[in-house]
Amino acid sequence: MWQYIFKRILLMIPTLLGAAILVFFLMRLIPGDVCEIRLAGTGLYVDQEQIDLCRQQLGLNEPMIVQLWDFISGYFTFNLGTSMWTGKPITYELGLRFQLSLQVAVMATVVSILIAIPLGTISAVRQNTWLDYFVRAFSIAGIAIPSFWLGILIILGLLITTQAWFGTPWMPPIEYVSPFKDPLGNLAQLIWPAVATGYRYSAVATRMTRSALLEVMREDYIRTARAKGLVEKLIINRHALKNSLLPVITVLGIEFAFLMGGLVVTEQVFNLNGLGKLFVESVLNKDYSLTQALVMVVVTVAVFTNFLVDIAYAWLDPRIRYA
Amino acid sequence: MKFPRLKFAVPVAAGLALTFGMVDSADAQKKGGVLNFVVGSKIPSYDGHVETTFGMVHPIAPFYSLLIRVNPDNPSSPTDFVCDICEGPVPKGTDGGTKYTFKIRKGVKFHDGTPLTAQDVAATFNKIIFPPKGVASARKAFFKMVESVTAPDDQTVIFKLKFPSGSFIPALATPFNFIYAKKDLDEKGYNWHKQNINGSGPFTFVQHQPGSFVEGKKFANYHHKGQPHLDGFKAISAPKMALRLQAIRGDRAAIEFRGFPPKARDDLKKALGDKITVQESDWNCVLMFTPNQKKKPFDDARVRKALTLAVDRWGGSKYLSRIAIVKTVGGVAFPGHPLAATKEELVELDGYGPDIEKNRAEARRLLKEAGQENLKFTLNNRGVDQPYKVVGTWLIDQWKKVGLDVEQQVNPSPVFYDILRKKKDFDVSIDFNCQSVINPIADVTKFLGSAGNNYGEYDDPELEKIYDKLLKAETEPEQRKLMREYEKRALSDQAHMGITLWWYKINPHRSYVKGWKIAPSHYLNQQLDNIWLDK
Repeated sequence: MWQYIFKRILLMIPTLLGAAILVFFLMRLIPGDVCEIRLAGTGLYVDQEQIDLCRQQLGLNEPMIVQLWDFISGYFTFNLGTSMWTGKPITYELGLRFQLSLQVAVMATVVSILIAIPLGTISAVRQNTWLDYFVRAFSIAGIAIPSFWLGILIILGLLITTQAWFGTPWMPPIEYVSPFKDPLGNLAQLIWPAVATGYRYSAVATRMTRSALLEVMREDYIRTARAKGLVEKLIINRHALKNSLLPVITVLGIEFAFLMGGLVVTEQVFNLNGLGKLFVESVLNKDYSLTQALVMVVVTVAVFTNFLVDIAYAWLDPRIRYA
Repeated sequence: MKFPRLKFAVPVAAGLALTFGMVDSADAQKKGGVLNFVVGSKIPSYDGHVETTFGMVHPIAPFYSLLIRVNPDNPSSPTDFVCDICEGPVPKGTDGGTKYTFKIRKGVKFHDGTPLTAQDVAATFNKIIFPPKGVASARKAFFKMVESVTAPDDQTVIFKLKFPSGSFIPALATPFNFIYAKKDLDEKGYNWHKQNINGSGPFTFVQHQPGSFVEGKKFANYHHKGQPHLDGFKAISAPKMALRLQAIRGDRAAIEFRGFPPKARDDLKKALGDKITVQESDWNCVLMFTPNQKKKPFDDARVRKALTLAVDRWGGSKYLSRIAIVKTVGGVAFPGHPLAATKEELVELDGYGPDIEKNRAEARRLLKEAGQENLKFTLNNRGVDQPYKVVGTWLIDQWKKVGLDVEQQVNPSPVFYDILRKKKDFDVSIDFNCQSVINPIADVTKFLGSAGNNYGEYDDPELEKIYDKLLKAETEPEQRKLMREYEKRALSDQAHMGITLWWYKINPHRSYVKGWKIAPSHYLNQQLDNIWLDK
């Protein structure tokens, strides 16, 4: 098992390096720079001298190879530098948003699991009944509805219904409070995006649970269990479900990594100050250093999540670790 | 040589600011409460001397004082400036308009307790006007007329000018000219204010969560007695317009100071009725189209004229103002300003005549004469809905009516600026002029080929000559006459640029927000010291 883990860790290094080089050059393919946006983007008169000074101060005039070396060496030594837009340390900028993004990702995953596993199981166990059809329709709707659109509907729905019922429109808070400071306020803000994204996220997992469970239920060992006279509930819970969860865990892992930085539009809809919103802003501002750091954070989370999923695989299925 | 100062005593406020259920000045001002407002842009740094965005002004201006400012009780007037930390009325120039002496109020304090003196004001303006090498100052060019800034004693600041200039006082009132403490500049350096705040404004800094909000609380020692009325404020960052609108509807925020499109105003009014107050004003921003004169056939004045003749501004004003934040037909100067063209003067310009069919027939004739009846070109536009894409789409429709085949290329802001400022390979581009304090003599430099923010790639010595005379004109009638000449040359005879419509600022806000009056710029009147909450 340890040898397997060590091999997987070694494989992560070239993946991270490749991603770093790719993001560095991709960012520079798009014309324009942060100084133009920051100083000339408002329509106010600004001297070219000021824009040139800004470029010089941010190191944008340095040769490309120097900029690349600064970025990669900074990444591998945990020194991400400062944001070109705000001038604040990138670790500070990321730290502020990481907590929120992590919380939304965890809440959305919990919502997703709470929906997907029971519904997927019911759907498989009651295959081709009205219950199965309902679950399938429900999960297909989840895939079809973009979470940001569902988010907009949720906000509008809350505004309209609260105004109709109580006379005063209510919407979720638009500024983040830590759960340790004000748990209710925190929940009032984050439960809605968690439901909006968790629903979409659960749709894929529900379908995956259903199909995996159906496959397992046709295995010989399940038939043997039934022949032994084991009660159906025990067969499903103890023997079928655990074995059918392998692909479900893969899906959940991939989606979790996506949620950490990919909730770009949903975060905008709910005004969540998370990594996704920061991502959009840094790209729009042409803030190279921050965008690069953000991409690398997401890549690192994705690589580590994959790593953990692989370990979970090996733990759930001994054939993998001995292969 | 003697240069005039702007002395336009007639405020344009009455003509500009339409208010629905506006503040009743007789209301008793209530103390207390926290004002939550939403801001649609981001804070780069806290340094007003370096930055140019309202994303910095809205949350940070309440922490600072200015030497003079636009009168917060009459902000729609382009000429009504009042002292903030100086005493009495704004001084007149002496020595032939080349010397301005300001007396600084006694007892003004910075938030750290340090007394504010004339030395701080002089140090601040020396940083803005004469920054040391390597120190950024975005508005250095506004003060080209200034020779020196000195403080002979703790209560007196003297600005000596190289020549009298009508744009000096408006430039001083620019809302970015935050007064910094000399000791902060001397001891902590010229970059300290990028990440730190020590002002003398109505509110003291509490916290900033980047990307989320800025919080301020009342400064007990504020120099305008009885103000601020609020206990504090929270400026909440909300980049999406739909969310800012919903935030006001759901009372998560009471106001957004930049402006909403007409549809948003109507939706809010419909949903909340008299709980919403709407203030409206002309806006010191204008969208224009700039042909690239380095590219054929836009080097031909006939083609450029045809472009402007095809545009139905009067019709556009009527219909476009229902869906976009544009409304007023105007020339080069802010509409309603004493130096701006009247309707009778405007209709004399190419493209402003009331008979659009006649204009378009002339456009077709000119295109035929230039051999460009089937001209195809690309319009470079910025990927922002309001009002860029709306106006861009409208322009294409207008040009189609004279047989032009135009493709709109909508680019994200970085690419848009790269094309305008670096590549310069566009055919025709949407362009804009958006200023803070209304200062037409300074603002119209945009039309000069030599201006740093002119992207038309042309050189027009005749226009430069008219502008030079305009700068030196002593009386208002003389300035008006020269402004008309300048306008005719830039927009009609040479058609270097085509003005579309001036922006229109619409601020729907919760009716309990009192004391704030709309200004013709989203940069102005943002210190929040006169706002109170009727809750």
